[in-house]
Amino acid sequence: MKDKKLEVSALKDGTVIDHIPADSLFKVLSILSLQKIEGMITFGTNLPSKRLGKKAIIKLSDVFFKDKDINRIALIAPDAKLNIIKDYQVIEKRIVQVPDEITGIVKCVNPMCVTNHEKVPTRFHVLDKKQMKLRCHFCEKMTDKEHMQIL
Amino acid sequence: MLNRSLVSITDFNREEYLKVLSVAADFELNSYQNLLQGKVIATLFFEPSTRTRLSFESAINRLGGKVIGFSDSQTTSVTKGETLNDTIRVISNYAELIVMRHTLEGSARYASEISRVPIVNAGDGANQHPTQTLLDLYSIQKTQGTLENLKIFMVGDLKYGRTVHSLLMALSEFNTTFYFIAPDELKMPVEYKLHLEKKGLKYYESKELEGSLGEADIIYMTRVQKERFSDPIEYERTKNAYVLKDSMLCGTKDTLRVLHPLPRVNEIHPDVDANPKAYYFQQTENGVYIRQAIISLILGLK
Repeated sequence: MKDKKLEVSALKDGTVIDHIPADSLFKVLSILSLQKIEGMITFGTNLPSKRLGKKAIIKLSDVFFKDKDINRIALIAPDAKLNIIKDYQVIEKRIVQVPDEITGIVKCVNPMCVTNHEKVPTRFHVLDKKQMKLRCHFCEKMTDKEHMQIL
Repeated sequence: MLNRSLVSITDFNREEYLKVLSVAADFELNSYQNLLQGKVIATLFFEPSTRTRLSFESAINRLGGKVIGFSDSQTTSVTKGETLNDTIRVISNYAELIVMRHTLEGSARYASEISRVPIVNAGDGANQHPTQTLLDLYSIQKTQGTLENLKIFMVGDLKYGRTVHSLLMALSEFNTTFYFIAPDELKMPVEYKLHLEKKGLKYYESKELEGSLGEADIIYMTRVQKERFSDPIEYERTKNAYVLKDSMLCGTKDTLRVLHPLPRVNEIHPDVDANPKAYYFQQTENGVYIRQAIISLILGLK
């Protein structure tokens, strides 16, 4: 009798994003616009993790990210690690880095900010990458980690 | 400054502040110059502000320019639901420069990024009002003969007051020593104090207005607004503690001047008005020269 086990085949070429906080998985998928990708995507969530409690992992066949694209997830998955795979071998490991500027991911905390009234993509200058202090490019008010809302 | 928007006071640097001030001094000597002849400037006041609008329009008229615009967005397509984006795109085809005031914070920065012509921010909500700051600098320089090494006392609502924040940023380029006098609820925010510390500038904080003014070169008064207090009883207790009276100016420097961005409510007692140290009404006159200077520098006419 054949084993009724789900087979997740090893990636031949592509990217594995590991150490995503489990509750951020769907936001990560959306920020990276993975719903538009035609290739094979496998993801798992609520996997046990010593550091995160529960983590998620995404395996993407034939997808490779530019730094500026992958760094967009740094806000919600600061510990994420990338394994770049070519011909079944990990050829490179990368960590995400908080970018200097963040466009269109975070909502400005200021209810009077123009971005909360007009169709303007939000834009922030990152003043403190550790504590995640963002200054709105438009209204100049600070949005901090505690009040951060992902759009 | 040529063809650049002026949205925040930090869009200009120290040299540019001084350039604006020196051109303004030139306009004070000769305010009627036909530099804007044949040119059209738009003044878009989505939020009414009679004083600021008239100051800009006086500046433009003295330069021989024509003004188009509105003083209240209720009479425009905004009421039909037109976006700021569309209004700015359209009007930037009609004028050489747009002066705008809007209730939304960041609206002027946004406008400057979609407009074909430079934007001068005449106030975006509680955020920025850079021409006010430049006229404050001009008033300080004119009354003290310099901007360097002064002792500036800021009194009242230092938490929400955009004028004191912008003035602090500008003066921090001139080795100023700051004295912040405010109730606990309305103290100067930490981020501004950190900025001063980074610049190596000294500041002192106090809750007492009376008896603290002997060292002051400038007292910059602001309004303590009732709606800023969570506790109405606290407001009643506080409001009278930050009223400047003529008797408090005894023993202050002869060269001291009292500034206020106006409108004042009750934070400066009317008995101060007759004191030669009161400067808040002359301060408004300086606004016309400053706005003449800003417009002509941006349009490359000076």
